[in-house]
Amino acid sequence: MADFKPKIVAFLCNWCSYEGADKAGGQKLNYYAGIKIIRVMCSGRVDPYFVLKAFREGADGVMVLGCHPGDCHYRKGNISALKRMRLLEKMIVQFGVERERFMLDWISAGESEKFQKTAEKMTSRILNLGPLKLEGYVKRKAAQ
Amino acid sequence: MTKPKIAISWNSSCGGCDESIVDIEDKILDIAAKVEFVLWPCAMDFKYDHVRALPDGDITVSLINGGIQNSHQEEIARLIRKKSKTVVAFGACAWLGGVPSLINLKNKEELFKSSYLESISVENPRKTLPAIKSKVDNCTLTLPEIYDTLYKLDDIIGVDYYLPGCPPTADLITDLFLKLIEGGLPEKGAVLAPARSLCISCPRNETKPDNFEIDEIKRIHEIIADPEKCFLVQNLLCMGPSTRDGCGCSCIKGNMPCTGCFGPADKSDQGAKMIGTLGSILKGSTESEADRVIDGIADPAGTFYRYSTAASMLGRKRKEDR
Ligand code: SF4
Ligand code: SF4
Ligand code: SF4
Ligand code: FES
Repeated sequence: MADFKPKIVAFLCNWCSYEGADKAGGQKLNYYAGIKIIRVMCSGRVDPYFVLKAFREGADGVMVLGCHPGDCHYRKGNISALKRMRLLEKMIVQFGVERERFMLDWISAGESEKFQKTAEKMTSRILNLGPLKLEGYVKRKAAQ
Repeated sequence: MTKPKIAISWNSSCGGCDESIVDIEDKILDIAAKVEFVLWPCAMDFKYDHVRALPDGDITVSLINGGIQNSHQEEIARLIRKKSKTVVAFGACAWLGGVPSLINLKNKEELFKSSYLESISVENPRKTLPAIKSKVDNCTLTLPEIYDTLYKLDDIIGVDYYLPGCPPTADLITDLFLKLIEGGLPEKGAVLAPARSLCISCPRNETKPDNFEIDEIKRIHEIIADPEKCFLVQNLLCMGPSTRDGCGCSCIKGNMPCTGCFGPADKSDQGAKMIGTLGSILKGSTESEADRVIDGIADPAGTFYRYSTAASMLGRKRKEDR
């Protein structure tokens, strides 16, 4: 698997985690370039559908990063995200997708180093797991 | 004027969809007088060769129930498609895979093991399993190939309309027949029920407070359900929020929570929608508090995709043999 280049989709909330990632960039803290960051207003905006769609369309791992509990700019968006994502994790396992391919964590605007560490942790997890290749369900070409 | 030709066919179905057509009672006789049936394996004696002999596109409309799980079903579905002007995926199974598509959370081997070897009602000392070809004396017997995945109908053939429900209600079926005969069907590709959530027409919706939390999920047999209050407020899982409107709240009126048979309300994913909803109302603000309540949902995939596993975002259990 030496040539495996994981695709990781990361949903970052605008007010904390994205700032943290931005700061990491400003400080030139390196992290894996295959992490594709999508900025959302709040971790509570991440519809479980986005996560499933990312997996279906080829992501090997998905992260959702938000403000620490108590710091969400919409008060409880991150707490709803926590409950959604715990339930979602339990469900993806039933589809044969390892729980470790998904990560939810809290990164504040100042935590550039935590962002770097979390990104590296997720990258090595996915490197260990290998490609997801979620192609067991191949939509066949329908006859018209 | 020649009568419109109608075919009704089944695949991985329970027979309930066929039964539901008979259930429209005397109206079926009015309809039968206005149309000509050319195929209906469940109720009438036509042979597939009869369909093969028809010119292409000769059947006005075919109502097909059931998803596709073996090569015979695929062959017949393709034949009917070729001979029909319009194809309706009739019922949850044809539209979304339905209950039988829960098999997509397992594999063919597990299916064979449980159905032919381990089920308590099975006695099979020679451990015979369905084989595509088998030799008996000097004859070779053949069976259709059972697939590893159950496909919804439009994974296999083009579908023009989708009629939700497990099974569709008598009102929806009557309305469909009327529109088939007299015209008035919407644009092709439509799902023939309102694109909004069941809660919108549910009489219990008003009992939902603005803020409430589920602190422990109960199952319907564990409590005596209040006949007027929203089930979610009573700590019972109700799929209403992530399910399409149009059934007339049949289960709710029988004091049973919705299990989701009308499928997703839009092009989204029924499970994702329900998880989204529950995230806002389950009690807890830490991981362990959340998990305590989530523990009450033993089988999330089977609960949220009871009728739509084949149409879910992930579609089936990932295959290991890669
Ligand atoms: S949709 Fe329901 S009633 Fe119709 S075939 Fe499937 S299981 Fe039976
Ligand atoms: S959740 Fe169920 S009981 Fe409550 S309003 Fe919606 S459909 Fe009705
Ligand atoms: S209440 Fe739900 S499960 Fe019952 S008929 Fe309506 S959509 Fe189907
Ligand atoms: S704004 Fe950051 S998680 Fe809600």
